[in-house]
Amino acid sequence: MNPARLYWVAFTTILIKEVRRFTRIWAQTLLPPAITMALYFVIFGNLIGTRIGEMGGFTYMQFIMPGLIMMSVITNSYSNVTSSFFSSKFQKSVEEMLVAPVPGWVILGGYVLGGVARGLLVGLIVTLLALFFTELTVHNLFVTMTVVFLTAVLFAIGGFINALFARSFDDIAIIPTFVLTPLTYLGGVFYSIQLLPDFWQGVSLLNPVLYMVNTFRYGILGVSDINHWAALGTIGLFILVLFSLALWLLERGRGIRQ
Amino acid sequence: MKALTISNLQKTYDNGHEALKGISLDVAEGDFFALLGPNGAGKSTTLGIVCSLVRKSAGKVSIFGVDIDQDFALAKQLIGVVPQEFNFSVFEKVEDIVLTAAGYQGLTQAQARPRTEQLLRDLGLWEKRKQQARMLSGGMKRRLMIARALVHNPKLLILDEPTAGVDIELRRSMWSFMQEINRQGTTIILTTHYLEEAENLCRNIAIIDKGEIVKNTSMKALLSELNSETFVLDLTQPVQAAPQLDAFVSRLKDDHTLEVEVRKGQSISQVFSALQQQGIEVLSLRNKANRLEELFVSLVEKTAASDFKADQPTAKVST
Repeated sequence: MNPARLYWVAFTTILIKEVRRFTRIWAQTLLPPAITMALYFVIFGNLIGTRIGEMGGFTYMQFIMPGLIMMSVITNSYSNVTSSFFSSKFQKSVEEMLVAPVPGWVILGGYVLGGVARGLLVGLIVTLLALFFTELTVHNLFVTMTVVFLTAVLFAIGGFINALFARSFDDIAIIPTFVLTPLTYLGGVFYSIQLLPDFWQGVSLLNPVLYMVNTFRYGILGVSDINHWAALGTIGLFILVLFSLALWLLERGRGIRQ
Repeated sequence: MKALTISNLQKTYDNGHEALKGISLDVAEGDFFALLGPNGAGKSTTLGIVCSLVRKSAGKVSIFGVDIDQDFALAKQLIGVVPQEFNFSVFEKVEDIVLTAAGYQGLTQAQARPRTEQLLRDLGLWEKRKQQARMLSGGMKRRLMIARALVHNPKLLILDEPTAGVDIELRRSMWSFMQEINRQGTTIILTTHYLEEAENLCRNIAIIDKGEIVKNTSMKALLSELNSETFVLDLTQPVQAAPQLDAFVSRLKDDHTLEVEVRKGQSISQVFSALQQQGIEVLSLRNKANRLEELFVSLVEKTAASDFKADQPTAKVST
């Protein structure tokens, strides 16, 4: 069989399986972020936001909307891959792929695209919800779409690496709880870093999520705390590094081959 | 052509355990081959390396002449694997599990559907195709793994204890199915703890113990090595003591059951004659253990005994 065709069919099989998985359990994967984000819009956007006033020249609701969309994309693309790949390790169904002629990069690509699909679908649902609370204008469509896609890819790869190392369900909860959530909340979702003292502004610039949230905010609103082109380049670089690392771990059989 | 060639295969796990100590093995195309051994002998490690679930430490493995280190994709297209433990997502539907496995082999859904339907029908799973796998019984789950392993028409099928925990009726129907696909040309390698299964199905056999091949021959040749068989005789009338049978060793298990050891060259009819002379009638007769089981135990015990001797402290000679 032509290898290119074999790899394409194997890749689409993994992707379809992943999409089928998260849509089958939509009450666990799609509904919770919609409810959580609706509550954010109501409480932070409407109730508290009206008292906060303007931020960066926009209403507080308009300001936090891009950050909340990005937050759901990050969380969902990451957790889709960790939970799905770790479950397949736990149930040993990963062996179905390992005994088949599927190279590591196809497995990685399929799972990452599966995570991206969930991240983007949740992002779309949150965007539609946001329309109930505020108007949506897109300042730069290319930057908006590029940054949201690349961010989803980056965190899906991160989720894959987490799942490779994980030995228990606790291990797939540690990084999202103790690393991802603080980075996201401190990544400029709810405020502009210009409100912070100089020292904390400097510290915030070390947070990679800040670049993603601000670049996305630039794409939607046209305002940002950082240079969006530099941010896009940095995200691309991180993707290359993490993809190579994930592939190297996969080829070595880390966590999946004895 | 050899379906499988293993040369000097070695595996040492990260914890230092030497699971395989350089085994070599050939399986001919079209064979129904048994790979037997006690728990922890190295069977699953060997098969794990063949289907690339375990990384080898040294040695070579070729499948139909294709070196697994040289042409990874082609070698894997030639193998179908039925593992010992259930290894599918229990939340997926039966049909989707088989179709997904076909997809990993490069078959589109349109290409795989007819074969999937045929396999699910043959294995009695067609009515269950829309059910989640977790709803299936243990025997059905085993059959599902067989269907999944065969969906891409592999030339070599590896069955790692495929009938474990399956009731006897179902086991027999699975034997017929395996014999049929073997007749159609699929080479089969079987590991099992049911030695009756290996004796009935397999033409050639290798016994592995402590990471080494202790026997590799045809089933016929192996069984001919059996020096004695023990028969259990159910008697029509009770007896008080074991009858004296010249040239035979006999033991009375209870007043209606007699065990008699018949050595190579002796005939069971001599036992009947001797009993008849003493007025003892036999109601029925059966083997105490499966013939292969007796050989297997003696071979494995032999290596255990030599290990035991080697472990004994030697007496110091004072000079």
